[in-house]
Amino acid sequence: MGYDPANPMVDRITDIGPPHFEQFFPPVIKANYGKWLYHEITQPGVLMHKGESGDECYTVRVGSARLISIELIREMCDIADAHCEGFLRFTTRNNVEFMVDSADKVQPLLDDLASRGNKFPVGGTGAGITNIVHTQGWVHCHTPATDASGVVKAVMDDLFEHFTSMKLPAQVRVALACCLNMCGAVHASDIAILGIHRKPPMIDHDAISGLCELPLAIASCPLGAVKPAKATNEAGEEVKSVKVNAARCMFCGNCYTMCPAMPLADPEGDGIAILVGGKVSNSRSMPKFSKLVIPFLPNTPPRWPETVQAVRQIVDAYAADARKYERVGEWAERIGWERFFEKCDIPFTIKSIDDYRLAYDTWRTSTQFKFTSHIK
Amino acid sequence: MPKHDTPLLDELESGPWPSFVTDIKRQAETKPECWDILGQLELSFKERITHWKHGGIVGVFGYGGGIVGRYSDVPKQFPGVAHFHTVRLNQPSSKFYSSAKLRDICNLWEKYGSGMTNMHGSTGDLVLLGTTTPNLEPLFYELTHDLKQDLGGSGSNLRTPACCLGKARCEWSCYDTQALCHHLTMHYQDEIHRPAFPYKFKFKMSGCPNDCVAAIARSDFAVIGTWRDDIRIDQAAVKGYINGDFPATGGAHAGKDWGAFNINKEVIQLCPTGCMSMAGDELKIDNAECTRCMHCINAMPRALRPGVDQGASILVGAKAPILDGAQFATLTIPFLEVNQENDFEEVIEQIEKIWDWWMEVGKNRERVGETIQRVGLPTFLSVMEVDIVPQHVKEPRSNPYVFWQSEEVEGGFDRDVREFRKRHAQ
Repeated sequence: MGYDPANPMVDRITDIGPPHFEQFFPPVIKANYGKWLYHEITQPGVLMHKGESGDECYTVRVGSARLISIELIREMCDIADAHCEGFLRFTTRNNVEFMVDSADKVQPLLDDLASRGNKFPVGGTGAGITNIVHTQGWVHCHTPATDASGVVKAVMDDLFEHFTSMKLPAQVRVALACCLNMCGAVHASDIAILGIHRKPPMIDHDAISGLCELPLAIASCPLGAVKPAKATNEAGEEVKSVKVNAARCMFCGNCYTMCPAMPLADPEGDGIAILVGGKVSNSRSMPKFSKLVIPFLPNTPPRWPETVQAVRQIVDAYAADARKYERVGEWAERIGWERFFEKCDIPFTIKSIDDYRLAYDTWRTSTQFKFTSHIK
Repeated sequence: MPKHDTPLLDELESGPWPSFVTDIKRQAETKPECWDILGQLELSFKERITHWKHGGIVGVFGYGGGIVGRYSDVPKQFPGVAHFHTVRLNQPSSKFYSSAKLRDICNLWEKYGSGMTNMHGSTGDLVLLGTTTPNLEPLFYELTHDLKQDLGGSGSNLRTPACCLGKARCEWSCYDTQALCHHLTMHYQDEIHRPAFPYKFKFKMSGCPNDCVAAIARSDFAVIGTWRDDIRIDQAAVKGYINGDFPATGGAHAGKDWGAFNINKEVIQLCPTGCMSMAGDELKIDNAECTRCMHCINAMPRALRPGVDQGASILVGAKAPILDGAQFATLTIPFLEVNQENDFEEVIEQIEKIWDWWMEVGKNRERVGETIQRVGLPTFLSVMEVDIVPQHVKEPRSNPYVFWQSEEVEGGFDRDVREFRKRHAQ
């Protein structure tokens, strides 16, 4: 008995949750669960985990576009069936991992992956650049200030050598969020690519009464820039609406999230900001937020050359100058942010000086600084 | 649906990284609505702006989350994506799958959706991109009856919990992240599927302070594995690293010649607390001073392992910048046992204390981290009924404006100004 549209509540099953994870473990994972001893990266993209039992699990890590088709997933399943006893997993950074239980099964798996064009690049391990965590962008989101998949493709094409190698001082985590909502949570990444708006919302007086709760729209603004106002709609009637104090707008888009009659996306206004130096891990230094170093780059589809170039410049300067183990943020703090801007050849602008809440924490209240080229 | 010319997108078919454009084209051969995905995306590339309408509430009966409505603002041009709703499937803990399970999901999505997915969404769900309103109930019926799976969260509810791969394939996991993630997911199905909170609430579980799921940056309730005894040392393996028998950091730096491994420079001097030293050829760790940052363990995985008295630190209130600025999670409970034997009772007790309080005092669309900012950490710690310890702060406050309470001050706040005036003329 299948679904009956006349009786949708008959035999209804709800709140059963996800399937239990254990049924999806490859045998070598199941046998050594909680009993792993150490790991080694035997080559870029290939990890070996050694169990207390002496068992070895070899993992081949493969990049993916995240936005993928069921045809591609089925191909991944074919690979898992042929080499991995029908199991595979995905990482939090949208890579795919194929696991085998002995060293001699690795090369046939690598050969199979390599035979399938560029669909399954092997890498993303160690001191390199793994997949870019990212959001939907223009392919599926209603609030983006830039695309996601297109920018990621362009940046990863350029950084590809670092996906397949491990020659950087430490891992560099790149993330992209296509607006300030930051579904991609780029606020703690080594390099963050962030879609931003730069024009205040327009107000659709013809639609606002039907679409929005005005008090919610007004309350949504963190800076009190949205105020109640009378306006005239297209039919010439006076309607209750809102007005925006453009001088106070910080272009966060929260009003649009609450009120669809306040769109702010714009081809010229929207673009990308670059933030750097964040990290999540507690290794050596405490977790750090990413800091805004490039306030705006234009949206230039299909390949966003300005953004690709900016990321490349930062990675190259870091690769040339940082010490082994230093994350981008640790490097910038050691050399000083004034030196960071100089070494990366990024102009320092007033836009990088915080004037939002808690801003004072970032101002320099010390006589310690470096005489970089910024001081004339 | 016909093909559209996509000269801009076609430029994303070259280059070494996998092309989502090539992939969508391949899918379009059997799911022609994918031509309209490409057509509308090409229009966005040309005009540099999105063509998706704002929201639209859709869902399945009895659930307030799991489906996100999405409609095209150019449906006449691209009828294949006129309705293009997102379905969030709750992923199995740490995203292991069998090919059989994935094929079932693919078949379901071939029948009821566009064939395009995100593996996975940022919160952790398996995301199915693009279906119509009439397909939702039949899809949900087959999902629950035949695939024995369920939807994840969206809206102001508990979002789908996520964890690192933990004990499944990592030697550092200090508790069973997958077991905790699965247990909490099952325990809180109602909170995941029916929004009742001021705003979204996220759980993330990482097995050690390397924090591979970014719990400290992304979750309202972060459970991060730690230990409180001594780092386990294999002195023979330490010598192995010094002699160059094993690659440092498990080979993570093998692509560049950084010179011979230097334990002094690469481990001892990089220790943030300076608690390590060499005594002859033995590595010594003053464990009482260690803050468990993981650097030495990361650098010498064969020689060093976390201690055996393991548990987790609980940190609360992380979020991305919208609206008051980004927040990392704040250390609330330095050490908590994570005990599967009693169904994680201690963890659940902490969660419910937070929720009981936040559901009462949290404002609409206020993340718990923002509520804590608004009322102050001391108030929150009082709610949590925890011992107040210096570990709660990086440093003590530098202003003297303490909110003393009447009962803390001898005689209380009630005083008689006339009595005062008898001794102090105006």
